[in-house]
Amino acid sequence: MNRAAEIAQQKALPSISPCAMIPLGMADPTYIPGIAPTVLGSPRHSLLVRTTHWIHTAAFLGLLVSGIAILLAHPRLYWGEAGGVGAPSLIDLPLPFVLTGQTGWGRSLHFLSAWVCVLAGLPYVLSGIFGCHFRDDFFSSQTLYNPIQRVAYVAVVFGLFPLIVATGLAMSPAISSVFPELVVLLQGQQSARTIHFFVAALLVVFLIAHVTMVVRAGFIHRMRGMITGERL
Amino acid sequence: MSSSLSRRRLLAGASIATGAVGLTVAARLARRYGLIPPDSGGIFGATETLTYASQRILMARHPLAREFDRSQISRATPINGDPPEDETYQRLQKDDFANWKISVEGLVARPASFTLAELKRLPARTQITHLACEEGWSFIAEWTGVPLSYILNLTGVLPQARYVAFFPFDISWDSVDMGDALHPQTLLAYAMNGQMLTVPHGAPLRLRVARQLGYKSVKYLSRMLVTETLKSIRNGLGSISPDLGYSWYAGI
Repeated sequence: MNRAAEIAQQKALPSISPCAMIPLGMADPTYIPGIAPTVLGSPRHSLLVRTTHWIHTAAFLGLLVSGIAILLAHPRLYWGEAGGVGAPSLIDLPLPFVLTGQTGWGRSLHFLSAWVCVLAGLPYVLSGIFGCHFRDDFFSSQTLYNPIQRVAYVAVVFGLFPLIVATGLAMSPAISSVFPELVVLLQGQQSARTIHFFVAALLVVFLIAHVTMVVRAGFIHRMRGMITGERL
Repeated sequence: MSSSLSRRRLLAGASIATGAVGLTVAARLARRYGLIPPDSGGIFGATETLTYASQRILMARHPLAREFDRSQISRATPINGDPPEDETYQRLQKDDFANWKISVEGLVARPASFTLAELKRLPARTQITHLACEEGWSFIAEWTGVPLSYILNLTGVLPQARYVAFFPFDISWDSVDMGDALHPQTLLAYAMNGQMLTVPHGAPLRLRVARQLGYKSVKYLSRMLVTETLKSIRNGLGSISPDLGYSWYAGI
């Protein structure tokens, strides 16, 4: 093989750190040829991002509906280790106490959705970190997204998501026997429940802002981008 | 083109085969090590099994539930549910459960029954633990009772035993696996905060399972059954909870 051909081949092959070498959007390791009709040669969102996005959409709705069902059994928040009727509360939410057994399916749906969320979250986060997704979209100077969007996404992926999982686990009497430090760090099991509620509320605010921006940016195009991966 | 297609097919076939073999092996191992809960069927069964199995693996070294100081004991101790309407229970209550007994049956070498006075003469354990209701509220209290493991050793649990089922004076019932049954903090509790158990809190004897939600701590106990399988008992799901929409395992 002559030297020119060698250089050409090196250029064509992705290097170990492909993000810096290959133009934006071209470097996605999860890009599968032929799946998405594209203009620039790569999809707006990789197949993995699109798949996990919709799995997370379903799981988030499941968690939200079931979370409300569970909350309504005792819509009162406490701080510290323990709390109940007769103990001082932190916040009495303006919601009725509903005791119709909805926490039964509520808890089952909550755990089904939580498992789906975490199991789909792992490949998303790992490929985001070790691939180019987070670098290109969150931390690159050539990103398509504005600073507020980037801060919001980073806060959700690296802040709110781990925190809602940790506070959820801290409420478990079994998990708290395995990791007592987690409960101590969160100031007690009722504090964990209260933090879990506020993180969920912040995630709902994020969801509303996210959907609003999608609508304002062109609902059809953005939806197409997240379903088929097609660019504008 | 055709060679890449056949290679893709081969890869897909190989990964499906590996997945199927992996799942079969996982299921067999899970069954062997008791990682499948009795209510593993239905739409929520798979994730219920994931929760139970992963928590059982995490708790392989049988860690203790957190214990607290006297100063952390809750002033308010809410209750759920009504005392049994059962006539026998009400008759026993009239003379402060002096004639009450709990029986230990099933896979034990020496089936036995114990009166309250007999239980109180056995070695006791006192612990201050957190009790969380699945509704979301909780309290911390001091519990005194005989470790269930002590009773199981006394009656001689047979090696094939895998669960202990608890039957109170009402229609509810529940069970725990041997991991929880032999756990040092699992008590047959007769006192709470230094006083004999009151009727609303489950007099004369209630189970206390420190690492599960409150509904596992069955009140008003009357009978215990050591068993290899839960399939032959009532609904076959290990507890009344699945009938009411709740999961058998309440470690959450």
